[in-house]
Amino acid sequence: MGGSPVADRVLEPGADESDPSAGPDSSPEHPLMVLTGVSKIYGVGEIAVHALREVDFKLELGDYLAIIGSSGSGKSTLMNIIGCLDQPTHGSYWLDGIDVGSLDDYELSYIRNRQIGLIFQSFNLIPRTTVARNVELPLIYARLPKAERRERARAAIEAVGLGNRGSHVPSELSGGQQQRAAIARAIVTEPAIILADEPTGNLDTASTRDVLEIFFRLNAAGRTIVMITHEPDVAAHAKRVIQVADGQIVADMRQAPVAGPPPAPESVSPEHLQVAHT
Amino acid sequence: MSIFESVRMAVHGVLANRLRSFLTLLGISIGVASVIILVAVGRGSASAVQKQIEGLGTNLLTIQAGGGGFGRRASSSIRFTFMTTKDVKALQDKTAAPDIKSATPVVSASSVTASRDVATVTPDTVAGTTPSYQEARKADISEGTFITAADVTGHARVVVIGTTISQDLFGSSDPIGQTIKLNGANYTVEGLLKSKGSNGFQDQDSIVLLPLTTAQDFLVGHSGQLNQILVVATSPGTVDAAESEATAILTPNHSNSDGSAAFSVLNQASLLQTTSASTHTFTVLLAAVAAISLFVGGIGVMNIMLVSVTERTREIGIRKAIGARKADVLGQFMTEAGLLSVLGGIAGVAAGFVGGQFKIVGVQPVIQAYSVALALGVGVAVGLFFGIYPANRAASLRPIDALHYE
Ligand SMILES: Nc1ncnc2c1ncn2[C@@H]1O[C@H](COP(=O)(O)OP(=O)(O)OP(=O)(O)O)[C@@H](O)[C@H]1O
Ligand SMILES: [Mg+2]
Repeated sequence: MGGSPVADRVLEPGADESDPSAGPDSSPEHPLMVLTGVSKIYGVGEIAVHALREVDFKLELGDYLAIIGSSGSGKSTLMNIIGCLDQPTHGSYWLDGIDVGSLDDYELSYIRNRQIGLIFQSFNLIPRTTVARNVELPLIYARLPKAERRERARAAIEAVGLGNRGSHVPSELSGGQQQRAAIARAIVTEPAIILADEPTGNLDTASTRDVLEIFFRLNAAGRTIVMITHEPDVAAHAKRVIQVADGQIVADMRQAPVAGPPPAPESVSPEHLQVAHT
Repeated sequence: MSIFESVRMAVHGVLANRLRSFLTLLGISIGVASVIILVAVGRGSASAVQKQIEGLGTNLLTIQAGGGGFGRRASSSIRFTFMTTKDVKALQDKTAAPDIKSATPVVSASSVTASRDVATVTPDTVAGTTPSYQEARKADISEGTFITAADVTGHARVVVIGTTISQDLFGSSDPIGQTIKLNGANYTVEGLLKSKGSNGFQDQDSIVLLPLTTAQDFLVGHSGQLNQILVVATSPGTVDAAESEATAILTPNHSNSDGSAAFSVLNQASLLQTTSASTHTFTVLLAAVAAISLFVGGIGVMNIMLVSVTERTREIGIRKAIGARKADVLGQFMTEAGLLSVLGGIAGVAAGFVGGQFKIVGVQPVIQAYSVALALGVGVAVGLFFGIYPANRAASLRPIDALHYE
């Protein structure tokens, strides 16, 4: 794998360390992500759907971004592109100084494995496979030795508060526990970026608070977070909020500086929590 | 991803759907087992036939009057001719026929009844002959003596009988020295032949042999006509020379008007060659049938792998989203296909060995090492080959498509 520039880059000591803010591209002149004129069109001719229209967008290392917008506005489409799961129809996407459009399948796998941690609304744990094994999986694909894998998986499971659930299979867990297991899997390779598509969409308020607390700690530790949400209360925890409508970014609000800590999780309105519990 | 991890994931995949994995495995193992067993049956029947022909003696030439030309030649060209003891004498001439070790006259009597008290039997073969018959036909004696030269010159009223006749007439008691009747006349049992079993057409132990002269006196008459002359060559290597010498000696007295031989010479050695060629064809044919079932087993693997890939499309999407490479997914599914076919192959070899212990349609199978290796190798290769397409399909899925698969 030494032949791949991306692999070498990602493998560099420091790039994979737990303090990504020390990385070389943290200055505003070299943002973590740069999207230029990104469009995504599904289908052709009459039935063509313009899910994204000429989106220009930058994101800095260490930021905590919430993407809001009505259903069908193109949020997930944007997320899939920045998560390297899908490619834009037009436009370019640069991640950490690399043109993602120029990467081959192998290099994209590497980015997905080491740079990005993905969290989904529907958890997407592998069924009939224990939490420990699910969390270990990205490390298996990263070809880490077994002992190190075990240790890091255990630490990640511990970090999301599932210390005693490692040997359970997903069907034996609550939704909140499954989402925490999924977060453990997303952070186990210590990626610089956490991408979450409606991570709290299927959760109750208590589990939502757990997830937001984990995100708070991750961002405070320097990880960049991008989160799609429908809930304004959830978006309130981000440092920056963008609103997407009809495939375009229609609003971009900064709630807290990139450099500082994110808005504290305690700011989840207590009244709201009370209402939800009754 | 290490081999160990690939195998671990494959085992997980196989165990996730046990019944389906078992059925797939069954397809491969039936294929492998049938190749092993059918090749063993082919080989078994070939060696059985070979043994029988060798039992007749590979140095042996059987000469009969008539000779294969009846259909071809006009009836006017056929001279009625038969073999006589004079021909036997001529064949025994060492100068004219240096490669002929012995020539034995044989007369056969048909529909002869053998009896003792109330027990009656109709032997398949009743033949008059001379002592050299014993060597020509490999007619070993288990008790008593074979027909002697003195018996022939003395027109002795003695018989040598096969085990079937002995069983039918004497049960378990010793027949030597006892008397039996042939068409009502008395004969003393002088010898008991060793059992030869069936040659597939008739019971070779249902036989009564008596001196040539005695048979002519009482059973076939004195026409001098012989049914067969058995010629034994000096060695297996001189069979062909002996055949041409015999043909040269007999042709002047036994030819059709167009000069062709009016007799036939049956060469056991060439018969053996022909038969082994045809049994080889038979074995190949059986193996081909078995190979088809192996192929069908492979298609079974492909079918199951396709179902498995379709069913686990979402899982493949998740794996790709967390960093699985194309090679990882390919490896996982190929290992799964490989595992199914290796397990199926091993089960098939076991079943083949068990099945090969039993007689199948009267043939004792002889398991061939090459067929075991071939069946196992081809079985695994077929399983892997048919696993390539589904595995490649899984590996080539775009993560986003796989994730959104319903
Ligand atoms: N694979 C696809 N094929 C065709 N059209 C698609 C596909 N994926 C998304 N779309 C369309 O693109 C548009 C944007 O979809 P997207 O999933 O990005 O919306 P979203 O903002 O995430 O909505 P939601 O909040 O409901 O998740 C929608 O109109 C959708 O129908
Ligand atoms: Mg969406």
